[in-house]
Amino acid sequence: MSLAEMLARLADDTLRGSLPLFLPELVVVATIVLLLLGRVSGFDRLIGPAVVALVGSATACGVAVMQLDAMFAAGRTDAPLFSGLLSCTYVGVYVKVLAAAAAAFTVLLTGTTKLPDREDGPDYYTMLLGVTLGAMLTASAEHLLMVVVAIEMMSVPGYVLVGFQKGRAKSGEAALKYLVFGSGASGTMLYGTSLIAGTLGTASLDEIGVVLAAGTLPAGGTAVSLGVLFLTAGVAFKLSLVPFHFWSPDAYEGAPAEAAGFLSVAPKVAAFVVLVRLVEMLPADAAAGSGLIDTPRFGMLLAGLSAASMTLGNLGAFFQRDLKRLLAYSSISHAGYLTMGVVAFACAGDRQGLSGLLYYSAAYVAMNLGLFAVVAVVRRLTRGESVDAVAGIGTRKPVLGLAAVVCAVGLIGLPPTGGFIGKIAVFAATYAAGLNGSAAVTPWCWGLLACAGVNTVLGLFVYLRIVKAMYFEPYDGPADLPRVHPVEVGCLLLALAAVVATGVTIAPLSAVTDAAVGVSTP
Amino acid sequence: MTDAALLSLVVFLPALSAGAIVAFDGENRGAIRRFANLTTLAVVGLLFGLVLPRYLAQSPDEAGYRLVVDLPWVPGWGIGYRLGLDGLSLPLLLLTGVVSHLAMWASAGITKQTKGYLILFLLLETGMLGSFVALDFLLFYVFFEVMLLPMYFLIGLWGGPRKEYAAIKFFLYTLVGSVLMLIVMLMAYAGSSGVAGGATFDLPTLTAIGSGRVDTVEFSGKVQCWAFAMLLIAFLIKLPAVPFHTWLPDAHVEAPTPVSMILAGVLLKVGGYGLLRIAYPLFPLGAAYFADVVVWLGVVSILYGAFVALAQTDFKRLVAYSSVSHMGYVLLGIGIWSPAAADTAAWQMGMNGAVFQMIGHGITSVGMFFLVGVLYDRVKHRDMREMGGLLTVMPRYGGLSIGIFFAAMGLPGLCGFWGEVFPVLAAWSFSPWATVLAATGVILTAGYMLFAVQRIYLGPRYIGPRGEQLVPMTASEKWIAGLVMTAAVVFGVYPRPVFDVAGPAVARITADAQTGVETAEVRKVARAENEATQ
Repeated sequence: MSLAEMLARLADDTLRGSLPLFLPELVVVATIVLLLLGRVSGFDRLIGPAVVALVGSATACGVAVMQLDAMFAAGRTDAPLFSGLLSCTYVGVYVKVLAAAAAAFTVLLTGTTKLPDREDGPDYYTMLLGVTLGAMLTASAEHLLMVVVAIEMMSVPGYVLVGFQKGRAKSGEAALKYLVFGSGASGTMLYGTSLIAGTLGTASLDEIGVVLAAGTLPAGGTAVSLGVLFLTAGVAFKLSLVPFHFWSPDAYEGAPAEAAGFLSVAPKVAAFVVLVRLVEMLPADAAAGSGLIDTPRFGMLLAGLSAASMTLGNLGAFFQRDLKRLLAYSSISHAGYLTMGVVAFACAGDRQGLSGLLYYSAAYVAMNLGLFAVVAVVRRLTRGESVDAVAGIGTRKPVLGLAAVVCAVGLIGLPPTGGFIGKIAVFAATYAAGLNGSAAVTPWCWGLLACAGVNTVLGLFVYLRIVKAMYFEPYDGPADLPRVHPVEVGCLLLALAAVVATGVTIAPLSAVTDAAVGVSTP
Repeated sequence: MTDAALLSLVVFLPALSAGAIVAFDGENRGAIRRFANLTTLAVVGLLFGLVLPRYLAQSPDEAGYRLVVDLPWVPGWGIGYRLGLDGLSLPLLLLTGVVSHLAMWASAGITKQTKGYLILFLLLETGMLGSFVALDFLLFYVFFEVMLLPMYFLIGLWGGPRKEYAAIKFFLYTLVGSVLMLIVMLMAYAGSSGVAGGATFDLPTLTAIGSGRVDTVEFSGKVQCWAFAMLLIAFLIKLPAVPFHTWLPDAHVEAPTPVSMILAGVLLKVGGYGLLRIAYPLFPLGAAYFADVVVWLGVVSILYGAFVALAQTDFKRLVAYSSVSHMGYVLLGIGIWSPAAADTAAWQMGMNGAVFQMIGHGITSVGMFFLVGVLYDRVKHRDMREMGGLLTVMPRYGGLSIGIFFAAMGLPGLCGFWGEVFPVLAAWSFSPWATVLAATGVILTAGYMLFAVQRIYLGPRYIGPRGEQLVPMTASEKWIAGLVMTAAVVFGVYPRPVFDVAGPAVARITADAQTGVETAEVRKVARAENEATQ
C-alpha cells in the first residue's frame, strides 16, 4: 500500500467515518473556541458567555440524544473512531447525554446565582465545558493512553473549577488538595498503563481483551494484574471510592456548590464507563498460577470497595455540619451503590447490572444536581451553606423545600423517585449475580447486598437531617429573604421533575439502558 | 367507566386533590378544608357506590380476584400496573375510605399550616388505598413506601412535645421492614425467572409458584424460609407485634388525633394484610417452618400489650398498647396452621377471625383514639389519675365512650367479640396452651378497659386542671363517635358481611398454602427417587 493510499484511507476514515459520530464532542470544542474568541474580540459584551455556553452544551446534549435515538432505532452498533483510539458505543453516547445535560443545567444555574462575574465568565465556562469534553472522551476511550489523557482532560479543568473563588482561602486549599491527589492518581494510572502495554505489547482495550481471553499469556500475568489494579485505583479516585475518597469532602467544601454539583456527577458517570471497560477487558476465568486477575476476583475486589464506600460515606455524612461536605460523603456512598452494578457484571457477567448502573446514574445526576442547586440558591439567599442555614427555609420558600425533599427521598432510595428504581435495579442484579455466579462470588454478592440494605437505613438519618432542618426547625434568618429567581425555580423544578419522572415512567429510560448494554427485552 | 379507570380514580383521586390544593390560597382554610373533605367523601362514595356493586356483580377470575387491571408499566423488567380486589382487600379498602373520611372530619382542629397538613393527609390516603388494591409486588411496595413520608411529616410537624423523636422512630422502624421486604421482593423476582414471559413481580403468578401450581419453577425451601422470615419481620413491625412494637406507643401518643386514628385504623392493618397477601401465599414452606414463632409472638403480644396497658396512666398510651394486644389476635389467627394435619378448617376459622379482627379493631381503635382526642382538646392532658366523673359532666361523651370501650373489650354483640373469640377458639387444635394464654388475654383486656372506664368516666368528680373546659361534644364530634358506635353494634350483631366476603379469599389462601407444602413434599420425594434410579 502506498503512502498516498494510506493517507486517502485515513482521510476517508476520519472525515466520513469518525467525525460525524464525534459530533457531540465537536460541538463542545467549538463552544470553547467561541468562548475564548469572544473574550478576545469583545463580542462577549454583546452575547454573554453564559448564553454561549448554554447554547453550546444544550446543542451537544441534543446531538447526543439524536445519536442515541438513531442507535436505539437501528439496534446496537459500536463504531471505532480515529483508527481505534476512541469508539462510539451505545453506553458512551448515553453517558455523553448525561454529561452534556449536567453541563447545561449547571450553566443555567450559575447564570443566576452570579458565581462568575462578567470578567471571568468565559474562563469559568471554558473550564466547565472542558470537564464535559473530558467526560465525553473518557466515556468513549478505547485505548489505555486515551483513557489516561481523557481522565486528565476532565480532571485539570476540575481543579480550576474548585479553586475558582480566588479570594477564598478554603477554595485555594481545596484546589491544591484536589490537584495533589489527582496528580498522584494520574501517575498511578500511567504506571499501570505502562505495565500492561509493556507486558502485552498493546494498549488497545479490545486487543488486550483478546490476548487475555485467549489464555496464552506466557508470563507476566502478575504484571498485568498490577497494571489493572493501578488503573482501578485511578478510576476509583475519580469515583471517590473508599479508600481513594479523601479529596472529595475538602474539594466539595471549597468549591462553589454549582461546580461541586457538576463535579460530583459528570466525571463520575464517565469514570464508571472506564471501570466497565476494564471488566470487559479481563478474562472470565484465568488459568490457575498465571497470576492474572479474572472478572470474578475483580468483582470481589470491587464489592469490597463498594461496601466500604457506602458504609464510610454514610457514617461520614452523618456528622457533617456543612451541606457540601455532607453531600460529598453522600456521593461517596452513592459511588458505592452504583458500583454494585459493576460488581454484578464482573461477578456473574450479568449485563442487567450495567443497565441498572446506567439507570441509577441518570437518576443520580438529577438528584445530586437538584440538591446542590438547592445549596447554591440557599447560599445566594442566606450566605450560609451549613445545615443550620437551611433551618426553616422549607416553609418560607416552598420550591426549595420541595426540591430538597424530593431529591433527598430519592437519595434515600424511596419511591416514587428514580433513586428507588435505580437502587432496586442494581440490588436485583447483585442478588441475581449471587444466585447465578460461582460459589466463590455468592457470599461477596449477598454480603454486599446486605451491607447495601443496612446502609439504605443508615442513609435515612443523613438525608432526613436536611429535610428536618428545612421543615422542623424554626427559621431565624433575616426577615426579608430575597426572591428565588425564576430561572432558579426552573432549574429546581427541572431536577425535581427528572427525579420523579425516572421513578414513575420507567419504561422509556429502562428500554434505552437495557438496549445500551445489550440486554434483550421481551 | 372501565375497571382500570375506576380503581385508578379511587386510588389517585386524593393525590390529584392534593395537587389541586397547592393552587389554593393558604389563608383560606375553610375552602381548602371543604375541598379536602369533599375528596375523602367522594372516595367513600366511589367505593360504596361503584366499586362495591361492581365487585359483587363480577365473578372472580382464576386467581380469585375481581376488577382486575393488568396494564404494562415496565414490561422489560416484569413490572406491571396490576390492580384487583378479593375478599381480603375489599373490606380493608372500604375501611380505609371510611376511616380516612372520619379522620378528615376530625381534622377540624388543625389550624397550623392547614394547607400542608391536608396535602400530606391526602397523599397518605392514596398510599393506603393503593396498598390494598395493588396486585404487583413492586407496585405494592411503592404504595407502602408512599405512606412513609407523609406520615413522617404528619407526626413530626403536627404532633405533641416529642414529635420529632416519634416521627423518626416510626420512619426508621418501617424503613428497616421495607428494606427487608425489598430484598424478599428481589428474591421472588429472581426466583420466578423460569415462568413464561420471564421474571415478574405479578403477585398472582408468584402465588401460583408458591403454591406449587407452576411445574417449571419453585422457590426452594431455603429461599422460602429466609424470605418468610424477612417478610415476617417487615410486617410484624407494621402490625406491630412484640418485640417490634416500640415505635407504636411513641408514634400514637405524639401524633395528632386524626393521624392516630389513621395509624391505628388503617396502617396497622397493612401489616396483617401483607402477611396474608404476600408472606403466606408466596412462601408457604417458610410459613410452615415458622408457624410456632408466629403463633407465640401473637400470644406474647396479646399478653404483653395487655399487661403494659394495665400499667398506663396516660390515656392515649393505654389505647396504643391495647392496639398491640388486639393485633396479637390477628397474628394468632393467621398463624395457627399445622401443615401436618391436612384439614385446614381450624386455620380458616382463625384466619377469618383475624380478618374480622382487623376490621373490628379498625372500628374500635379509631373510635377510642377519637375519644382521647375529644378529651385532650378540652383539658389538654391525658393523665387518667386526674380524671373521673366524666359521665356526669359529659353524659353523652361518657356513654359513647363506654360503648366503644366495651366493643374493644370484646363484649358479645359488639364488633370486638368475633375477632377475639374466633382466633382463640381455633387455636385449640394448634396448641391448647396458646388458647389458654390467649384467653387469659381476654380477661386482662377486660381488666385494663374497665380500670380505665372506672378512672375516667366513673368516680365522684374530675380533679385535673381546666375542669371548666369540659363542655359537651360538638355536633360533628357526636356524629363521628355515633357512626363508630353504630358500626360497632352493626358488625357485632351481624358479622356476616365480613365473613361472607372474606371467607372465599381465606379458603383460597389456606388451600394454596396447604397445596404448596404438599407439592413440595411430592417433588422432594420424586427428586429423591430420581437420584436413586440414576
